[in-house]
Amino acid sequence: MKIGVLALQGAVAEHVRTVKAVGAEAVLVKRVEQLADLDGLILPGGESTAMRRLIDRYNFLEPLRAFGASGKPIFGTCAGMILLAKQIHNQESSHLGLMDMTVERNAFGRQVDSFEADLAIKGVAEDFPAVFIRAPYILEAGDGVEILSEDTGRIVAARDRHYLATAFHPELTKDTRLMGYFLRMVEDAAGKVAHN
Amino acid sequence: MAKTGTDLVKRGMAEMQKGGVIMDVVNAEQAKIAEESGAVAVMALERVPSDIRAAGGVARMADPTIVEEVLNAVSIPVMAKARIGHIVEARVLESMGVDYIDESEVLTPADEQYHLNKRDFTVPFVCGSRDLGEAARRIGEGASMLRTKGEPGTGNIVEAVRHMRMVQSQVRKLTSMDLDEVMTFAKEIGAPYEVLLQIREAGKLPVVNFAAGGVATPADAALMMQLGADGVFVGSGIFKSDNPAKFAKAIVEATTHYQDYKLIAELSKGLGTPMKGIDIASLSPENRMQERGW
Repeated sequence: MKIGVLALQGAVAEHVRTVKAVGAEAVLVKRVEQLADLDGLILPGGESTAMRRLIDRYNFLEPLRAFGASGKPIFGTCAGMILLAKQIHNQESSHLGLMDMTVERNAFGRQVDSFEADLAIKGVAEDFPAVFIRAPYILEAGDGVEILSEDTGRIVAARDRHYLATAFHPELTKDTRLMGYFLRMVEDAAGKVAHN
Repeated sequence: MAKTGTDLVKRGMAEMQKGGVIMDVVNAEQAKIAEESGAVAVMALERVPSDIRAAGGVARMADPTIVEEVLNAVSIPVMAKARIGHIVEARVLESMGVDYIDESEVLTPADEQYHLNKRDFTVPFVCGSRDLGEAARRIGEGASMLRTKGEPGTGNIVEAVRHMRMVQSQVRKLTSMDLDEVMTFAKEIGAPYEVLLQIREAGKLPVVNFAAGGVATPADAALMMQLGADGVFVGSGIFKSDNPAKFAKAIVEATTHYQDYKLIAELSKGLGTPMKGIDIASLSPENRMQERGW
Protein backbone atom coordinates (compact mmCIF):
# COMPACT_ATOMS: atom_id res chain seq x y z
CA MET A 1 0.00 0.00 0.00
CA LYS A 2 1.19 3.49 -0.82
CA ILE A 3 0.37 6.13 1.79
CA GLY A 4 1.17 9.79 1.14
CA VAL A 5 1.91 12.44 3.75
CA LEU A 6 1.02 15.98 2.72
CA ALA A 7 4.42 17.64 3.06
CA LEU A 8 3.72 21.36 2.87
CA GLN A 9 4.53 22.04 6.52
CA GLY A 10 4.51 20.26 9.87
CA ALA A 11 5.48 16.94 11.46
CA VAL A 12 5.92 15.05 8.19
CA ALA A 13 8.98 12.92 8.97
CA GLU A 14 7.33 11.38 12.05
CA HIS A 15 4.34 10.17 10.01
CA VAL A 16 6.64 8.79 7.32
CA ARG A 17 8.49 6.81 9.98
CA THR A 18 5.22 5.41 11.37
CA VAL A 19 3.86 4.51 7.93
CA LYS A 20 7.05 2.55 7.21
CA ALA A 21 6.87 0.92 10.64
CA VAL A 22 3.49 -0.67 9.79
CA GLY A 23 4.89 -2.01 6.51
CA ALA A 24 3.44 0.43 3.98
CA GLU A 25 5.24 2.60 1.47
CA ALA A 26 5.46 6.30 2.43
CA VAL A 27 5.41 9.16 -0.07
CA LEU A 28 6.15 12.83 0.67
CA VAL A 29 3.45 14.75 -1.21
CA LYS A 30 4.50 18.22 -2.35
CA ARG A 31 2.84 18.27 -5.79
CA VAL A 32 -0.75 17.65 -6.87
CA GLU A 33 0.31 15.06 -9.50
CA GLN A 34 1.60 12.77 -6.75
CA LEU A 35 -1.92 12.16 -5.39
CA ALA A 36 -2.84 9.90 -8.32
CA ASP A 37 -0.50 7.07 -7.23
CA LEU A 38 -1.66 6.89 -3.63
CA ASP A 39 -3.95 4.45 -1.80
CA GLY A 40 -4.34 6.72 1.23
CA LEU A 41 -3.26 10.11 2.52
CA ILE A 42 -2.21 11.62 5.85
CA LEU A 43 -2.73 15.29 6.70
CA PRO A 44 -0.10 15.86 9.39
CA GLY A 45 0.03 18.11 12.43
CA GLY A 46 1.38 21.61 11.97
CA GLU A 47 -0.23 25.01 11.69
CA SER A 48 -3.55 24.70 9.87
CA THR A 49 -3.59 28.34 8.71
CA ALA A 50 -0.07 28.02 7.26
CA MET A 51 -0.98 24.74 5.55
CA ARG A 52 -4.14 26.24 4.09
CA ARG A 53 -2.18 29.13 2.56
CA LEU A 54 0.13 26.62 0.86
CA ILE A 55 -2.79 24.39 -0.19
CA ASP A 56 -4.32 27.40 -1.95
CA ARG A 57 -1.09 28.57 -3.49
CA TYR A 58 -0.44 25.19 -5.14
CA ASN A 59 -4.08 24.50 -6.04
CA PHE A 60 -4.32 21.47 -3.77
CA LEU A 61 -7.84 22.16 -2.45
CA GLU A 62 -9.98 20.60 -5.20
CA PRO A 63 -7.58 17.69 -5.89
CA LEU A 64 -7.63 16.84 -2.16
CA ARG A 65 -11.44 16.95 -2.12
CA ALA A 66 -11.54 14.77 -5.23
CA PHE A 67 -9.11 12.33 -3.60
CA GLY A 68 -11.52 11.96 -0.70
CA ALA A 69 -14.57 11.75 -2.97
CA SER A 70 -12.96 8.89 -4.89
CA GLY A 71 -13.25 6.79 -1.72
CA LYS A 72 -9.57 6.77 -0.80
CA PRO A 73 -8.97 7.08 2.96
CA ILE A 74 -7.61 10.24 4.58
CA PHE A 75 -6.22 10.46 8.12
CA GLY A 76 -5.89 13.92 9.71
CA THR A 77 -4.00 14.57 12.96
CA CYS A 78 -4.49 17.84 14.88
CA ALA A 79 -4.15 20.49 12.13
CA GLY A 80 -5.11 17.69 9.70
CA MET A 81 -8.35 17.17 11.63
CA ILE A 82 -9.13 20.88 11.26
CA LEU A 83 -8.50 20.63 7.51
CA LEU A 84 -10.94 17.69 7.26
CA ALA A 85 -13.82 19.24 9.23
CA LYS A 86 -17.02 20.45 7.60
CA GLN A 87 -17.30 23.27 10.11
CA ILE A 88 -14.90 25.22 12.29
CA HIS A 89 -16.30 26.88 15.41
CA ASN A 90 -16.35 30.71 15.15
CA GLN A 91 -15.12 30.66 11.56
CA GLU A 92 -17.31 31.29 8.54
CA SER A 93 -15.53 28.91 6.21
CA SER A 94 -13.85 25.55 6.54
CA HIS A 95 -11.07 23.92 4.52
CA LEU A 96 -11.64 20.53 2.82
CA GLY A 97 -15.03 20.03 4.50
CA LEU A 98 -14.94 16.25 4.08
CA MET A 99 -15.83 15.01 7.58
CA ASP A 100 -19.22 15.68 9.08
CA MET A 101 -18.16 17.44 12.29
CA THR A 102 -17.60 20.83 13.90
CA VAL A 103 -14.18 21.37 15.43
CA GLU A 104 -12.85 24.08 17.68
CA ARG A 105 -9.25 25.22 17.22
CA ASN A 106 -6.81 25.52 20.17
CA ALA A 107 -9.72 24.26 22.24
CA PHE A 108 -7.67 23.06 25.21
CA GLY A 109 -5.91 26.43 25.54
CA ARG A 110 -2.41 27.67 24.77
CA GLN A 111 0.88 25.74 24.78
CA VAL A 112 1.22 25.71 28.59
CA ASP A 113 -2.05 23.69 28.61
CA SER A 114 -0.73 21.11 26.14
CA PHE A 115 -0.64 17.65 27.71
CA GLU A 116 -0.11 13.89 27.48
CA ALA A 117 -2.77 11.36 28.49
CA ASP A 118 -3.48 7.65 27.98
CA LEU A 119 -6.70 7.12 26.06
CA ALA A 120 -9.02 4.27 25.24
CA ILE A 121 -9.59 4.26 21.47
CA LYS A 122 -12.36 2.03 20.14
CA GLY A 123 -11.01 -0.78 17.99
CA VAL A 124 -7.41 0.34 18.54
CA ALA A 125 -6.23 0.27 22.17
CA GLU A 126 -7.26 0.66 25.80
CA ASP A 127 -4.19 2.69 26.73
CA PHE A 128 -3.01 4.70 23.75
CA PRO A 129 -0.41 7.37 24.62
CA ALA A 130 -1.86 10.59 23.22
CA VAL A 131 0.08 13.86 22.93
CA PHE A 132 -2.09 16.99 22.67
CA ILE A 133 -0.37 20.16 21.45
CA ARG A 134 -2.48 23.32 21.26
CA ALA A 135 -5.02 20.77 20.19
CA PRO A 136 -8.50 21.14 18.73
CA TYR A 137 -11.40 18.87 19.62
CA ILE A 138 -14.67 17.87 18.02
CA LEU A 139 -17.56 19.94 19.36
CA GLU A 140 -20.23 18.15 17.37
CA ALA A 141 -20.14 14.99 15.30
CA GLY A 142 -22.73 14.22 12.61
CA ASP A 143 -25.05 11.19 12.83
CA GLY A 144 -22.88 8.99 10.62
CA VAL A 145 -19.71 9.73 12.55
CA GLU A 146 -18.33 7.05 14.84
CA ILE A 147 -16.77 8.48 18.00
CA LEU A 148 -13.60 6.52 18.73
CA SER A 149 -12.27 8.33 21.77
CA GLU A 150 -13.06 11.00 24.32
CA ASP A 151 -10.89 12.78 26.86
CA THR A 152 -12.77 14.17 29.87
CA GLY A 153 -15.98 14.25 27.84
CA ARG A 154 -14.48 15.86 24.75
CA ILE A 155 -14.35 14.01 21.44
CA VAL A 156 -10.73 13.60 20.35
CA ALA A 157 -10.87 10.79 17.77
CA ALA A 158 -13.55 9.92 15.22
CA ARG A 159 -14.22 8.12 11.98
CA ASP A 160 -16.64 9.12 9.23
CA ARG A 161 -16.73 6.49 6.43
CA HIS A 162 -13.15 6.44 5.01
CA TYR A 163 -12.04 9.50 6.96
CA LEU A 164 -10.17 9.26 10.28
CA ALA A 165 -9.27 12.17 12.54
CA THR A 166 -7.48 12.63 15.87
CA ALA A 167 -6.98 15.80 17.90
CA PHE A 168 -3.69 14.38 19.23
CA HIS A 169 -0.42 13.33 17.61
CA PRO A 170 0.06 9.54 17.33
CA GLU A 171 3.17 10.24 15.21
CA LEU A 172 5.07 11.69 18.18
CA THR A 173 5.25 8.36 20.02
CA LYS A 174 6.51 4.96 18.92
CA ASP A 175 3.03 3.42 19.25
CA THR A 176 1.96 2.30 15.75
CA ARG A 177 -1.47 0.83 16.60
CA LEU A 178 -3.47 3.76 15.26
CA MET A 179 -1.46 3.76 12.03
CA GLY A 180 -2.14 0.01 11.82
CA TYR A 181 -5.87 0.81 12.06
CA PHE A 182 -5.56 3.38 9.25
CA LEU A 183 -3.59 0.92 7.10
CA ARG A 184 -6.49 -1.55 7.41
CA MET A 185 -8.88 1.20 6.26
CA VAL A 186 -6.59 1.80 3.27
CA GLU A 187 -6.41 -1.93 2.45
CA ASP A 188 -10.19 -2.29 2.71
CA ALA A 189 -10.76 0.69 0.42
CA ALA A 190 -8.20 -0.57 -2.11
CA GLY A 191 -9.95 -3.97 -2.07
CA LYS A 192 -13.29 -2.32 -2.83
CA VAL A 193 -11.84 -0.24 -5.68
CA ALA A 194 -10.24 -3.38 -7.17
CA HIS A 195 -13.61 -5.22 -7.03
CA ASN A 196 -15.52 -2.52 -8.89
CA MET B 1 -3.76 11.30 34.15
CA ALA B 2 -3.04 14.33 32.00
CA LYS B 3 0.54 15.59 32.28
CA THR B 4 1.56 19.08 31.14
CA GLY B 5 5.02 20.47 30.42
CA THR B 6 6.60 17.09 29.51
CA ASP B 7 9.52 16.82 27.07
CA LEU B 8 7.21 15.22 24.52
CA VAL B 9 4.72 18.08 24.74
CA LYS B 10 7.38 20.80 24.72
CA ARG B 11 9.54 19.32 21.95
CA GLY B 12 6.45 18.19 20.03
CA MET B 13 5.25 21.78 19.80
CA ALA B 14 8.46 22.64 17.90
CA GLU B 15 8.03 19.55 15.67
CA MET B 16 4.74 21.04 14.48
CA GLN B 17 6.58 24.16 13.32
CA LYS B 18 8.87 22.26 10.97
CA GLY B 19 9.15 23.43 7.40
CA GLY B 20 7.73 26.77 8.46
CA VAL B 21 8.75 30.38 8.98
CA ILE B 22 8.61 32.22 12.30
CA MET B 23 8.46 35.99 11.87
CA ASP B 24 9.45 38.87 14.16
CA VAL B 25 6.59 41.34 14.68
CA VAL B 26 6.25 44.46 16.80
CA ASN B 27 2.46 44.99 16.75
CA ALA B 28 -0.91 43.40 15.96
CA GLU B 29 -0.98 44.66 12.40
CA GLN B 30 2.35 43.04 11.55
CA ALA B 31 1.27 39.85 13.33
CA LYS B 32 -1.82 39.64 11.10
CA ILE B 33 0.26 40.16 7.95
CA ALA B 34 2.57 37.36 9.12
CA GLU B 35 -0.32 34.98 9.83
CA GLU B 36 -1.98 35.83 6.53
CA SER B 37 1.23 35.11 4.63
CA GLY B 38 1.49 31.62 6.14
CA ALA B 39 3.89 32.08 9.09
CA VAL B 40 3.74 29.15 11.54
CA ALA B 41 4.34 31.46 14.52
CA VAL B 42 5.25 35.02 15.35
CA MET B 43 7.87 36.42 17.71
CA ALA B 44 6.44 39.41 19.59
CA LEU B 45 9.09 42.08 20.11
CA GLU B 46 9.38 45.72 21.02
CA ARG B 47 12.01 46.28 18.32
CA VAL B 48 13.40 44.03 15.58
CA PRO B 49 17.12 43.14 15.96
CA SER B 50 18.38 45.71 13.44
CA ASP B 51 16.63 48.45 15.43
CA ILE B 52 17.96 47.04 18.71
CA ARG B 53 21.42 47.27 17.15
CA ALA B 54 20.81 50.85 16.02
CA ALA B 55 19.27 51.97 19.34
CA GLY B 56 22.03 50.55 21.54
CA GLY B 57 21.63 50.56 25.34
CA VAL B 58 20.05 47.69 27.27
CA ALA B 59 17.56 45.55 25.32
CA ARG B 60 14.94 43.89 27.54
CA MET B 61 11.82 41.73 27.29
CA ALA B 62 9.09 43.50 25.27
CA ASP B 63 6.47 45.62 27.00
CA PRO B 64 3.70 43.16 28.02
CA THR B 65 1.20 45.44 26.24
CA ILE B 66 2.78 44.53 22.90
CA VAL B 67 2.92 40.82 23.76
CA GLU B 68 -0.73 40.90 24.80
CA GLU B 69 -1.73 42.78 21.64
CA VAL B 70 -0.06 40.13 19.49
CA LEU B 71 -1.51 37.24 21.55
CA ASN B 72 -4.98 38.64 20.91
CA ALA B 73 -4.42 39.35 17.22
CA VAL B 74 -3.56 35.88 15.86
CA SER B 75 -4.46 32.22 16.33
CA ILE B 76 -0.99 30.88 15.43
CA PRO B 77 1.51 30.41 18.28
CA VAL B 78 3.14 33.48 19.78
CA MET B 79 6.74 33.47 20.96
CA ALA B 80 8.57 36.17 22.92
CA LYS B 81 12.14 36.83 24.00
CA ALA B 82 13.52 36.91 27.52
CA ARG B 83 17.07 37.94 28.45
CA ILE B 84 19.60 35.14 29.04
CA GLY B 85 19.28 34.08 32.67
CA HIS B 86 16.39 36.43 33.46
CA ILE B 87 14.16 34.11 35.46
CA VAL B 88 11.49 36.73 36.11
CA GLU B 89 11.11 37.94 32.51
CA ALA B 90 10.64 34.29 31.53
CA ARG B 91 8.10 33.69 34.30
CA VAL B 92 6.19 36.84 33.32
CA LEU B 93 5.97 35.71 29.70
CA GLU B 94 4.91 32.22 30.80
CA SER B 95 2.19 33.70 33.01
CA MET B 96 0.85 35.70 30.04
CA GLY B 97 0.32 32.50 28.06
CA VAL B 98 3.13 32.94 25.54
CA ASP B 99 3.53 29.66 23.63
CA TYR B 100 7.33 29.57 23.40
CA ILE B 101 10.10 31.66 24.99
CA ASP B 102 13.33 32.52 23.20
CA GLU B 103 16.11 32.88 25.75
CA SER B 104 17.85 35.20 23.40
CA GLU B 105 21.26 36.75 22.88
CA VAL B 106 19.51 39.49 20.88
CA LEU B 107 18.59 41.01 24.24
CA THR B 108 21.23 42.16 26.73
CA PRO B 109 22.08 39.19 28.99
CA ALA B 110 20.88 39.43 32.59
CA ASP B 111 23.32 36.78 33.81
CA GLU B 112 26.87 36.47 32.50
CA GLN B 113 27.40 32.98 33.89
CA TYR B 114 24.20 30.99 33.86
CA HIS B 115 21.35 30.34 31.48
CA LEU B 116 17.85 29.59 32.72
CA ASN B 117 17.07 26.15 34.13
CA LYS B 118 14.41 25.62 31.49
CA ARG B 119 13.29 22.26 32.91
CA ASP B 120 11.55 24.16 35.71
CA PHE B 121 9.08 25.76 33.31
CA THR B 122 5.88 24.45 31.73
CA VAL B 123 6.37 26.71 28.71
CA PRO B 124 8.96 25.44 26.20
CA PHE B 125 12.14 27.34 25.29
CA VAL B 126 14.17 27.90 22.14
CA CYS B 127 17.85 28.83 22.44
CA GLY B 128 20.60 29.82 20.02
CA SER B 129 23.75 27.79 19.38
CA ARG B 130 26.87 28.06 17.27
CA ASP B 131 28.23 24.57 17.74
CA LEU B 132 27.32 21.19 19.18
CA GLY B 133 28.78 21.99 22.60
CA GLU B 134 26.52 24.99 23.00
CA ALA B 135 23.55 23.08 21.55
CA ALA B 136 24.07 20.18 23.98
CA ARG B 137 24.43 22.52 26.98
CA ARG B 138 21.14 24.20 26.11
CA ILE B 139 19.45 20.80 25.66
CA GLY B 140 20.93 19.80 29.01
CA GLU B 141 19.30 22.86 30.60
CA GLY B 142 15.97 21.86 29.05
CA ALA B 143 15.70 23.78 25.76
CA SER B 144 13.01 22.12 23.60
CA MET B 145 14.08 23.74 20.33
CA LEU B 146 17.32 25.19 18.94
CA ARG B 147 18.21 27.75 16.36
CA THR B 148 21.49 28.95 14.92
CA LYS B 149 22.60 32.22 16.45
CA GLY B 150 23.83 33.66 13.18
CA GLU B 151 24.38 37.37 13.58
CA PRO B 152 20.97 38.98 14.18
CA GLY B 153 19.97 42.25 12.56
CA THR B 154 22.73 42.17 9.96
CA GLY B 155 20.89 40.76 6.93
CA ASN B 156 24.05 38.71 6.40
CA ILE B 157 23.59 34.95 6.18
CA VAL B 158 27.25 33.99 6.61
CA GLU B 159 27.16 33.39 10.37
CA ALA B 160 23.95 31.33 10.27
CA VAL B 161 25.57 29.18 7.57
CA ARG B 162 28.70 28.76 9.68
CA HIS B 163 26.70 27.74 12.75
CA MET B 164 24.42 25.31 10.90
CA ARG B 165 27.36 23.63 9.16
CA MET B 166 29.29 23.43 12.41
CA VAL B 167 26.48 21.71 14.33
CA GLN B 168 25.76 19.31 11.46
CA SER B 169 29.38 18.31 10.96
CA GLN B 170 29.89 17.77 14.68
CA VAL B 171 26.76 15.58 14.83
CA ARG B 172 28.15 13.54 11.91
CA LYS B 173 31.49 13.24 13.65
CA LEU B 174 29.85 12.13 16.89
CA THR B 175 27.65 9.51 15.24
CA SER B 176 30.60 7.83 13.53
CA MET B 177 32.80 8.03 16.65
CA ASP B 178 33.88 5.05 18.69
CA LEU B 179 32.13 5.03 22.08
CA ASP B 180 35.58 5.19 23.75
CA GLU B 181 36.11 8.63 22.25
CA VAL B 182 32.87 10.32 23.32
CA MET B 183 33.91 11.46 26.80
CA THR B 184 36.98 13.28 25.53
CA PHE B 185 34.92 14.81 22.73
CA ALA B 186 32.40 15.97 25.37
CA LYS B 187 35.24 17.56 27.31
CA GLU B 188 36.68 19.25 24.22
CA ILE B 189 33.41 20.83 23.13
CA GLY B 190 32.04 21.47 26.62
CA ALA B 191 28.98 19.27 26.14
CA PRO B 192 27.13 17.15 28.72
CA TYR B 193 28.17 13.51 28.11
CA GLU B 194 24.66 12.06 28.50
CA VAL B 195 23.22 14.41 25.88
CA LEU B 196 25.97 13.42 23.44
CA LEU B 197 25.21 9.73 24.03
CA GLN B 198 21.56 10.36 23.12
CA ILE B 199 22.53 12.23 19.96
CA ARG B 200 24.99 9.51 18.97
CA GLU B 201 22.33 6.84 19.47
CA ALA B 202 19.63 8.72 17.50
CA GLY B 203 22.00 10.01 14.81
CA LYS B 204 20.47 13.47 15.15
CA LEU B 205 19.65 16.21 17.63
CA PRO B 206 16.72 15.33 19.93
CA VAL B 207 15.06 18.70 19.20
CA VAL B 208 14.39 20.63 16.01
CA ASN B 209 17.01 23.15 14.87
CA PHE B 210 15.86 26.25 12.98
CA ALA B 211 17.99 28.79 11.14
CA ALA B 212 18.13 32.33 12.51
CA GLY B 213 20.27 35.42 12.47
CA GLY B 214 20.73 37.01 9.07
CA VAL B 215 18.02 35.57 6.78
CA ALA B 216 17.23 38.46 4.40
CA THR B 217 15.94 36.93 1.14
CA PRO B 218 13.86 33.94 -0.05
CA ALA B 219 17.10 32.42 -1.38
CA ASP B 220 18.69 32.77 2.08
CA ALA B 221 15.76 30.88 3.64
CA ALA B 222 16.02 28.13 0.99
CA LEU B 223 19.79 27.92 1.51
CA MET B 224 19.35 27.26 5.22
CA MET B 225 16.74 24.55 4.51
CA GLN B 226 19.14 22.94 2.07
CA LEU B 227 21.84 22.91 4.74
CA GLY B 228 19.50 20.94 6.98
CA ALA B 229 17.57 23.55 8.97
CA ASP B 230 14.13 22.37 10.12
CA GLY B 231 12.63 25.82 9.50
CA VAL B 232 13.52 29.50 9.52
CA PHE B 233 13.26 32.52 11.80
CA VAL B 234 13.14 35.82 9.95
CA GLY B 235 13.77 38.89 12.04
CA SER B 236 14.43 42.26 10.55
CA GLY B 237 14.18 41.09 6.91
CA ILE B 238 10.42 41.18 6.44
CA PHE B 239 9.11 44.36 8.02
CA LYS B 240 12.20 46.33 6.98
CA SER B 241 11.49 45.52 3.31
CA ASP B 242 9.48 47.67 0.87
CA ASN B 243 6.50 45.29 0.62
CA PRO B 244 6.29 43.16 3.80
CA ALA B 245 3.22 41.10 2.77
CA LYS B 246 4.76 40.08 -0.54
CA PHE B 247 8.15 39.52 1.04
CA ALA B 248 6.68 37.37 3.83
CA LYS B 249 4.80 35.15 1.34
CA ALA B 250 7.91 34.74 -0.78
CA ILE B 251 9.97 33.61 2.22
CA VAL B 252 7.29 31.10 3.23
CA GLU B 253 7.12 29.58 -0.25
CA ALA B 254 10.89 29.44 -0.65
CA THR B 255 11.10 27.57 2.66
CA THR B 256 8.50 24.99 1.59
CA HIS B 257 9.96 24.46 -1.88
CA TYR B 258 13.61 25.08 -1.13
CA GLN B 259 14.80 22.89 -3.98
CA ASP B 260 12.51 24.38 -6.61
CA TYR B 261 14.89 26.95 -8.06
CA LYS B 262 12.58 28.13 -10.85
CA LEU B 263 9.95 28.91 -8.26
CA ILE B 264 12.46 30.76 -6.06
CA ALA B 265 13.48 32.80 -9.11
CA GLU B 266 9.82 33.69 -9.72
CA LEU B 267 9.11 34.70 -6.18
CA SER B 268 12.31 36.71 -5.87
CA LYS B 269 11.22 39.00 -8.72
CA GLY B 270 10.30 42.57 -7.89
CA LEU B 271 10.59 42.23 -4.14
CA GLY B 272 12.22 45.64 -3.92
CA THR B 273 15.36 46.33 -1.94
CA PRO B 274 16.06 43.89 0.87
CA MET B 275 17.57 45.31 4.04
CA LYS B 276 21.00 46.84 3.45
CA GLY B 277 22.98 44.48 5.64
CA ILE B 278 26.25 44.61 7.52
CA ASP B 279 29.59 42.95 6.77
CA ILE B 280 30.40 40.85 9.86
CA ALA B 281 34.10 41.84 9.71
CA SER B 282 33.06 45.46 10.30
CA LEU B 283 31.37 44.53 13.61
CA SER B 284 33.65 44.78 16.63
CA PRO B 285 33.48 41.71 18.93
CA GLU B 286 31.49 43.60 21.58
CA ASN B 287 28.83 44.33 18.94
CA ARG B 288 28.45 40.68 17.98
CA MET B 289 25.34 39.28 19.63
CA GLN B 290 26.48 35.72 18.94
CA GLU B 291 29.26 36.05 21.54
CA ARG B 292 26.58 36.28 24.23
CA GLY B 293 25.73 32.97 25.89
CA TRP B 294 27.84 30.55 27.92
